[in-house]
Amino acid sequence: MREDAVETASSRIFPHTFTIQEAGMVQTDKPVLRVLGLLALVAITVAILAGGFIILQTMQGSKILMTLFAVVWGLGSVALLFFVMNSVAQTMPRKIRSVAVAVVFAGPAVALLFWALVLPTLRTLFLSFFDATGKKFIFIDNYRFAFSDPIMLEAFKNNLLWMVFGTSTCVILGIMISVLVDKSKFEKFIKALIFMPMAISFVGAGVIWKFMYAYKGEGINITEIGLLNAIVVALGGEAQAWLLVPFWNNFFLIAIMVWLQTGYAMVIISSAIKSIPEAIMEAARVDGAEDITIFFRITIPSIMPTIITVTTTILIFSLKLFDIVRVMTGGNYGTNVIANEFYLRQFTYGNSGQASAIAIVLLVVITPVLVYNLREFRSRRTLK
Amino acid sequence: MKKALFLLLAVLMVISTVPLFAGGGQDTKGAAAPSGDDPYAQVRGKVVTMAGPFVDADAVKFKESVKDFEKLTGITIQYEGSKEFEASIAIRVDGGNPPDIADFPQPGLLENFVKKGQVVDLNKVLDMEKVKKNYIQSWLDMGTMEGPNGKIMAGIWGRVNGKSLVWYNKKEFDAAGYKVPTTWKELEELQKMIISDGDTPWAIGIESGAATGWPATDWLEEMMLRTNSLEDYDRWVKGELKFDSPQVRKAIKAMTDIWFADGMVYGGRKGIATTSFGDSPKVMFEKPPKAWLHKQGNFVTSFFPENLKANVDYDFFYLPGIDPKYGKPVLVAGDIYAMFNDRPEVRMVMQYFATGASVEKWVRSGGAISPHLDSKLEWYSNPVDRKVAETIQNATSVRFDGSDLMPGAVGAGAFWKEMTAYVSGSKSLDEALKAIDAAWPR
Repeated sequence: MREDAVETASSRIFPHTFTIQEAGMVQTDKPVLRVLGLLALVAITVAILAGGFIILQTMQGSKILMTLFAVVWGLGSVALLFFVMNSVAQTMPRKIRSVAVAVVFAGPAVALLFWALVLPTLRTLFLSFFDATGKKFIFIDNYRFAFSDPIMLEAFKNNLLWMVFGTSTCVILGIMISVLVDKSKFEKFIKALIFMPMAISFVGAGVIWKFMYAYKGEGINITEIGLLNAIVVALGGEAQAWLLVPFWNNFFLIAIMVWLQTGYAMVIISSAIKSIPEAIMEAARVDGAEDITIFFRITIPSIMPTIITVTTTILIFSLKLFDIVRVMTGGNYGTNVIANEFYLRQFTYGNSGQASAIAIVLLVVITPVLVYNLREFRSRRTLK
Repeated sequence: MKKALFLLLAVLMVISTVPLFAGGGQDTKGAAAPSGDDPYAQVRGKVVTMAGPFVDADAVKFKESVKDFEKLTGITIQYEGSKEFEASIAIRVDGGNPPDIADFPQPGLLENFVKKGQVVDLNKVLDMEKVKKNYIQSWLDMGTMEGPNGKIMAGIWGRVNGKSLVWYNKKEFDAAGYKVPTTWKELEELQKMIISDGDTPWAIGIESGAATGWPATDWLEEMMLRTNSLEDYDRWVKGELKFDSPQVRKAIKAMTDIWFADGMVYGGRKGIATTSFGDSPKVMFEKPPKAWLHKQGNFVTSFFPENLKANVDYDFFYLPGIDPKYGKPVLVAGDIYAMFNDRPEVRMVMQYFATGASVEKWVRSGGAISPHLDSKLEWYSNPVDRKVAETIQNATSVRFDGSDLMPGAVGAGAFWKEMTAYVSGSKSLDEALKAIDAAWPR
């Protein structure tokens, strides 16, 4: 049973031209020939890998040629490597064959993840117990700093604002828009309009909004160029330095994320709403339910799993938020966030100990959300 | 189609085994030196990578000034400027991918890397006889830093800046009948006169992306030099004199008497924080001028509107001393070049940077002062730059920009940030000073 599953899995990954049976290179009646054929194949693979590497080194002069060759040779040799390793695994005795095949296909990915994700995490944890240069062990001093320094407390407070107000505004707006425009004449147009900012990077959005909030000062000879100030002045108000207004400037920054992310929440929630069976709605209406009742009793419960997934995803976004703050204020004027402070500590102040401690704290805070998100995702799969 | 592709791939793969049988790997160096009489044969065609903070106009001037050297030696200098240099250089060095040469406007930042032993000791790789002959001792001293294995020559100075300069729109200034002040009192009278004429005296902006706040630290350093003794300044830079001290408070008071006074600065206190340092002087050249005075290093002329002539359209005067007891101090800064990778072509470029020729064209096109002894006064085609060089010579004392000497966490961090917070009004002076003192690494 299980072996069959593996067989089909492997043949699904490799188009039929690649399977051993049809390639006919290794599959013979005599085991000796078979082993010899395999050995030859392994030798050829090693030769291709090593030869290609040497050719690459001689290509330093022409970058374009080098890139082209690297792409073709790289892709080809990886495919070949998998093919050969699979062939080797297939020759193993039945009992360990399934394990061997699994190792061949999942092994490289697991190893890469370990090398690029687990090791750095462990090293960060390790460094977080050391001083600025990573040489002297100072135990939990960095964590004491992370939870007591006024700058860190400010960053935590601001991240909380981002989490609560950023996430909820995105999701609520997303739900409202998708319900309100559902089946309306302008649905496509409005959705396209709201989704459009998604195509803009956070940094790009920061530059755009810098002009929105631009403030030139007060006194004589001043002309304002910012859109928001133009509106305020036109309505008879007084121009403001929006990004300097303590506490509220956080909300001006959060507005940028809402502008960017509402589209994301909207498309996913909208598709969930569309998949609610019409029969249920119909039945509710026949029973005399009003629109509001339908919305709270049927629509919301039906799309609850989607809402949770969207919420947790945006929650993670707002926890690790960095770009907007970096571009707009550089963390000044009381708008600092954890990710920005961690970046400053590491790269500007050269304090790897404190930076690592902050990174670990951020990781610990994000992990439960991440786990919840994944679990929700998985349970939804099994239901369907 | 599919089969053809597969075949092509197979052929390519087979081809890639060829070098194994062709005697395994050729000489990777490729084109070797063809002739003996070319002294640069070894380095011809080589590339030296460089990173630094200057961009736009300055980057063009830099490229222009090294062109002759590139032509002569065949070395290509790939300069990459970034406004995020302070952060990106650390990523590159710590990530094991440093540029061959980096241009640090802050010796304090360079010191971080020297401490970790990541910088090449120039004593060991350059012809130091030549280097030493070409600088006055104080520049050499400022390039010497403490590494893990003792003192090393961490870098050489490429350009220097005079900072204690107040720029003004000469044509309009003269037309309005204003006189260049030579004492603090005269400066105060000038300010009053401009205000009573219905205008704003100063143009100040401290916004600079992730480095926001640095012009404020320059101002404070000027005031430190003008209201305190040199000993106190040196102690302050070393971290022995706290920010929260009567001396520093006195300097801040002198600064904020101008910055926070009603009608004294274009755009007011909040405008200072939101205006980019490069944009701030531009209002002086609008018609009519919206502000009249701008204190900044001589590099700022690169940010002036184009087609302005030095000495005709704009000029500067020395920011006068406040207390006669402290003389005429001048604040300077500069760019120090450090070497991260030791290769023959990199050595050659570094040796070149230690000569006046490396900045000659930059000096000629304006905006740079050469610290090299073999540079000539006639290079300063523009009288303003020559005057800057003279100002530095006439100073009773010269001190390096303090924030650039402080450790990165203060000089490129808390000092900028807290001054910005104080100026923008999001923190009180007490809070800001305490926060800077707390950020000092112990």
